[in-house]
Parts: sequence; structure tokens; C-alpha cells
Amino acid sequence: MNSLDPALDLFPLAASILAAITCGVLGNFLLLRRESLMGDAISHGVLPGLVIGFLITGDRSPFTMLIGATVAGIATVLLVMLVRRLGRVEAGAAMGVVFSVLFALGVLLIERAARQTDIDADCVLHGQLETLAWYDAPALWRDVPAWTTIESIPRQVWGLVIACLLACGFVIAFFKELRLAAFDPGLASSLGLRPRAIDLVTMVLVAIATVASFEAVGSILVIAMLICPAATARLLTDRLSRQVLLSVVVAIATAVLGYRAATVVPSWFDDESVNAAGSMAMTAGIILVAAILLAPVHGVVSRSIRSRRLARRIAVDDLLATLLRTEEARSPDAVPASAVNLLRPPKPAAIERARRSGLVEGRSGSDLRLTEDGRRVARDVLRRHRLWETYLVEEAGLSPDHVHDPAEVLEHLGPIPSIRSSRDPHGRPIPDPD
Amino acid sequence: MTAVLVGSDAADWSELLELATFQGGFNATIVTIGTMMLGISAGVVGVFALLRRRALVADALSHATLPGIAIAFMASILLGGDGRSLPLLLAGAAVSGVAGVLAIQALGRWTRLREDASIAIVLSVSFGIGVVLLSWIQSNEPSSSAGLDHFIYGRTASMLPGDAWTMSLLAVVTVTLTTTLRREFGLVCFDRDFAISTGWPVGLIDLLMLGLVVLVTVAGLQAVGIVLVVAMIVIPPVAARFWTDRLRVLLVLSGTLGGLGGWFGAVISAGLPNQPAGAVIVLTTGAVFAISMLLAPRRGVIAIALRRFALRIRMEGDHVLEAAWDHAADRGIDHPRLEVDMLRRIARERGWTPLFNRLVRMALHRSRMIMKTSAGSIELTPSGRRRGATVARNHLLWERYLTTHADVAPNHVDWSVDQVEHVLSAELVASLEEALVAEGVDVPPRESSP
Repeated sequence: MNSLDPALDLFPLAASILAAITCGVLGNFLLLRRESLMGDAISHGVLPGLVIGFLITGDRSPFTMLIGATVAGIATVLLVMLVRRLGRVEAGAAMGVVFSVLFALGVLLIERAARQTDIDADCVLHGQLETLAWYDAPALWRDVPAWTTIESIPRQVWGLVIACLLACGFVIAFFKELRLAAFDPGLASSLGLRPRAIDLVTMVLVAIATVASFEAVGSILVIAMLICPAATARLLTDRLSRQVLLSVVVAIATAVLGYRAATVVPSWFDDESVNAAGSMAMTAGIILVAAILLAPVHGVVSRSIRSRRLARRIAVDDLLATLLRTEEARSPDAVPASAVNLLRPPKPAAIERARRSGLVEGRSGSDLRLTEDGRRVARDVLRRHRLWETYLVEEAGLSPDHVHDPAEVLEHLGPIPSIRSSRDPHGRPIPDPD
Repeated sequence: MTAVLVGSDAADWSELLELATFQGGFNATIVTIGTMMLGISAGVVGVFALLRRRALVADALSHATLPGIAIAFMASILLGGDGRSLPLLLAGAAVSGVAGVLAIQALGRWTRLREDASIAIVLSVSFGIGVVLLSWIQSNEPSSSAGLDHFIYGRTASMLPGDAWTMSLLAVVTVTLTTTLRREFGLVCFDRDFAISTGWPVGLIDLLMLGLVVLVTVAGLQAVGIVLVVAMIVIPPVAARFWTDRLRVLLVLSGTLGGLGGWFGAVISAGLPNQPAGAVIVLTTGAVFAISMLLAPRRGVIAIALRRFALRIRMEGDHVLEAAWDHAADRGIDHPRLEVDMLRRIARERGWTPLFNRLVRMALHRSRMIMKTSAGSIELTPSGRRRGATVARNHLLWERYLTTHADVAPNHVDWSVDQVEHVLSAELVASLEEALVAEGVDVPPRESSP
């Protein structure tokens, strides 16, 4: 139950991995072209093609069904484009109309053909990995290489091998064109790269991938694999080549983990194993959520840590600047303005942090003093603040009583404005750089 | 193909007629009314889903209901029920559908993924979760879980009298809300920023629109199923959109189409064997969509193609008139004629087919720009001469404008049908004209209105 068995698991697992790689690779370009939902549309749209292929030949010959489905998949792509261009219908609505009509047609045809066939819409949605069982398999994994003959590999796996080679070959051969078409279609077409043709070929390959995958893993997994690994990789890196490689790794991990989880997790509760395709889609979602939270640069956690760190630094900077302003206000030649209401009460946590870094000394309250280091930082902050105030008045034309708040933000973030002045708009001295 | 669709089973037309006129027995009438009401609700709510560009959000929403249905079922079993309490299942569906929509919004807010990606992620992952839960339920509670997967494809026949009442109530609520609040909804769809700046509770209005979509989706699950419920929301408004630009008309048309689709689907699926209502509804409205896209008077594909062709014919006719006018002006002839050589040259240069050539001349005739003289030659009428002069003038001035003011290379300039006076200011036109005259170019005078 808990270990993989060649008879039950070899080909289903191989099919899942191949489907995951095929869809994962292509998904990168759907994601960048903002066509992610095309996978959804195509995988629903192939249904009538499958059934018509079946009805024409009358038997479940894989070849005709494959051709029917591929034609229907490509027809879906073309119909969506047609409705968008000719009918001037928004992309999402166009896809919704086309794929639901095609799917409805498929459902109706299946009902009509139900007496003659065992295909049903369920197997298109969920896939039938269990049909890939290898009945005369050796009992032990180490015997598998010796046993594996070409004939024992099911045709679904062959179909996936071909689809996978096509998808990977296309992406490797046309990587430059795909990248340009994804990021700058205008430049691509001016260089004669025909981004629309590249789009179309991508879509045709998505259709082929969908058809090759549906029988084994079902369309839900196809949709999940077209989007989730690519989205995960997109959150982990900014380079397209790395993104594509990462998406393949994520796709393989999703397939393996999802496949195992379908059996292993229920067994903890002594339950039967659950649908493997669904489990893989779920795993893809879990991995994506992990990436959303934990990605090094774009992750929610790292972003919140960064922004919290920034907030702490700003609080300390503000405290130091406040202390320096208070010193200034006590000096005899201070400019008597509404300076007092500009001073915010410092946060206790900021005082504690500044004291630990040796920027302030003394007890909290009126006794708090700047150290030498603290004074240097405070002068720098105040210098930035007053330079920005000067800049905003002189260059941006704001009135002097409106510049404090923007300068309060810019002093922490912006570069130092290249302006020379010894006094700010309120007549206070601008500290020299150290 | 038709044989497959309609079926070889001999259709009993009188029975269909009875069903269609609500006389096919109590149960059939209930189902027909219920489905019709659902169609109306989906049609009117769909208008705003379309305008708000949320067509596929509805799709993700419906797929995201599956885990909720499964969890509600499991919860009901745990609490000692039999898991078939429909209100509980639908409540579960609504909760997880809303959670799916929130997840789409959260993905947009917290990650750099675009909306299409977020929709696809929520759709596939939540449906995957639903499939896992369903397969778990089916292996553990095989006896009581039968029928749960009806939610995926729907089953209108399972509608009860109470459901028809619920659907009618839903239709009343959605129609009332969308008609009374159509201005508010429309503003948030068309110009969100303006709505915010004028202090409308945009978030609340948006939420109400979304809430209506959730209601209709959940109500439609039972009848047409998860995969096709989005079609009831999307297709009627998209089809209706071809016929009108007015929101009120759009609402009426879309609601009517939705209702008709529901009525037809219910009748067909009750009267003929093996015709699932959801699929029939979608195909009916889909056919209306296809017809609308082709035939609608202004936005239809054929109308647009005809308009473009008419415009092209007129532009080519303008070319002919201009050439004739130029030809005559160069030679100081008073009555410009269409010379055979000239026509042949234009036809060659502009790549006309003989048929197109005839069409252009016929169009010129019909608009009384040219006429046959008694001598057998073709001559420009006074209005043809005026038109030729105007076109020649526009051509000259545009060419000059584009080369001197717009930095366009002279060999890339072609004239446009737009009258130069309509686009450029009077002063600019006058100065262009002056410059041309100063170079000795003969600029035709501006057409004086007759």
C-alpha cells in the first residue's frame, strides 16, 4: 500500500510526469502572454472532437479520437480568436462563450453515443490513471529495465512522450522568438518574428498537450499544470530561462508528490486512495501557496520582513531627527516656527533600538541625548529633509507650508536632491554632509 | 450531425408542444418554469458580469463550489445527517465559491500574477481539491454519496416544486435589483474612478454585483452543473450586446434570451431522451450568439464587412473622380470624362478585378457622379466634378501637411477620405494652401456648399 509497485504505479507515474512537464513548459508562455485561461478553454473544447472522432469510426481507436480532439482543440483556439477579432468581444467572455458551447456539444454527443461507448465526460475531467496499470509487470523494480519492451508501454504514454518532445523541442528551438513575442510583441513583429504565428503555434501545442494528457490525467490536471508550475517559477525568479527550468522542476515535483499523496495521506487514516489527478492539482496549489509565502524576493513573508525592517529604520531615523530638532529649538538663534507640532512622540521600541545601536544615551523622556554616531545619522536625515523641502519649493513650486509631509517621506526613500542651499524654505540651516 | 443531435428516436411533436406550453404535466411544468426563471436571472446578472469583465471569474467561482459541496456533505454526515440536505450543500457551495473569488483577489493583491493567471489557478486547484474530496467520499460513503457528482453536469429533472418557487424568487430579486440599480452598477462597470471620486460606495456596489453572480451560480449548479453554469451567465449578455448599446435594452434582451434558452432546454430535455438540459440551454443560446454575431445590424460581422466594402467602393470611386478631374484640369477641358486608358491604368495600379471595376462604376452612376452623354462617352456630372475637385484638393493639402508638419516621407503619404477642413484648423489649411499656391500649384477651391 505504501510503496510503489511497478504494475500499478510505473506507467501512471510516468504519464503524470510527462504530462506535467509538457504542460508546465508551455504554461510559461501562456502566463507571460496573459493567455492562461486558454488552457482552460482548450481542455473543455476538445470534448466534442473526441466524441465525433469516435462516432465517425465507431470504435475507440486512439488515432481517430486523437485527431478529432486535436482538430477540436485547434478549432477552439481559432474560434476564440475569431470571436474576439470579428465580434469584438472581450477575451474572457469570448473564451467563455466558445468553450462552453463546445463542451455542451460534447456532453450532448456523449449522451447520444452513450449506448455505444464507454467514454463519459467524467473521464475527460478526472482522467483515468488506473487504466494504465501494467498487468504483466515484474514484481520488483530492479527487474523493470530487463522487462520493459516497447510493446508494454501503453499508447497514452507514447502520446505523452511525443507531446513532451514536441513542447520541449519547440521551446528550446524558438526560445529567443518566444521570449521576444512574450515581452515585446511590437519589437518582435518589427524584427520579422511574427509573434502571432508564434502565439498560434504555442496554442496548437497546448491543444496537442491537452489531448495527449486528457485520457491519462484529465483536463483538470492539464489546466492546473499549465498554470501552477509556471506561476510558481515566476514568483521565484525574474529570468525567463531560469523560470522555464524551474517550472519543469516544479512540475515534476508536483506530479511525484501529488501521486504519492493520493495514496499515502489517506492510508494514514486507513482509507482508500483518492483521485490522483485531483491530488496533483491540489499539490500544485499547495506548492504555489508555499512559493507565494516564502519566495525569496517576491514572497509575502520576505516582503513583509523587508517592509518591517524599513519601518524600524524609519522610526529610528525619525527619533534621531526629532532629538536634533529639539536641540536646535533650544538654541538661542532658533527659528521660532510651529516646530513643536512637527515633532512626533517617539515610539518606545524605536528608543530601545536606538539605544542598543549606540545612537542615543540617557533615560527616556527629556533626558534622552544623541551620541556622536546618533548625531551623525540625525544630521544626515535632517539634511535630506531640508534639501527635499528646498527642492520642492524651488523646483516643484510647492508652497513652503505644504512641503513638510512629502519631505518626511522622501528623506527616507529618495536620493539626495542635487540642490545647493544652506537654508531650507523655513530659514533653518541645512546641515553639511559629514 | 443533426441526426445525432436530435436523435433517431421519433420525436413526438404534440408532446413537445404540450411541454412547451406548460401543459405537459405538473412535474414538467415545474422544471420548465424553474429553468426559465434561472435563465432570466442568469441573463440579467450576466450583463454586469460581462461589463465588469468578470465573465471567467464566474467560471472560477462555479468550479470553486465543488470543495464546498463536498465539505458540506462530509459535515452533514459527521453531524449524523444523510448528507443530502440541499440547502446545506448549496450553502457550502456558496461559501467556497466566495472563498474562491476572494482567493482570486488575494492573488492579485499579494503576488505579481495577472488576473487571468489567478483565475486559472483558483479554478484548477479548487476543482482538484473538490475532485479529491469527492473521490474520498465516494470510497468511504458509497451508499449515500450517489448523486453528488450531479452537481458537475447538473440534472434539471431533479427540480422540485419548491425549487421552482426558489428560482422564481431569485428571478424577481435579480430583475428588481438589476433594473433599479442599473445606473449604479453601470457606473461602477464603466467608470469606476469617477464613481469613487463622486463618493459612491463602489466597494459595496461591486460586492452586490458579485453577490448576485454567486446567487445565480449556486442556484444553477443543480440544474446545469458546475461546468456549464458559466455559459448561462456569459452567453446571453454577449449575444445581446451585438444588438444594442443601451444598458436598459441590453438587460431586457439578455434576460429574455436567458429565459428562452432555459425554457427551450427544459422542454427539449423533458420531451426527448438523452438530452441533458444544461447542454441544450447552452447550445440554444450559443446558436443565438452565433446568429447575433453574424447578422446584428450594426455590430454584426456581415454588417461590418458590408460597411467596409461600401467604404472601399466609395474611396475607389473618389480616385476615379479625382483622376478625371486632374486630367481635365491639366488640359483645360471643361467637361472631365472617364477615358478608357485612364480607367485601365487606375484599375491596374489599384489592383481591381473586372467585377470590382464594374461595381465602382455602378456606384458612381447610382450616386449621380457620372453620366453617359449622348455621344456615348462617360462624363462627370456637376456633383461629380465638385467631388473630384474636393478630393484633389484634400489630396494636395494632406500631402503637404504630412510632409511639412508631420515629418512623413513624401513617398509614404497617401490621401485620406477625411476632409482636410474637418481635421486641421482653418488657419493651418489657409497657410498650407498659400504655400502651395506660392509654388505655382493649382489648388482647387474649397467646395462651396450648394
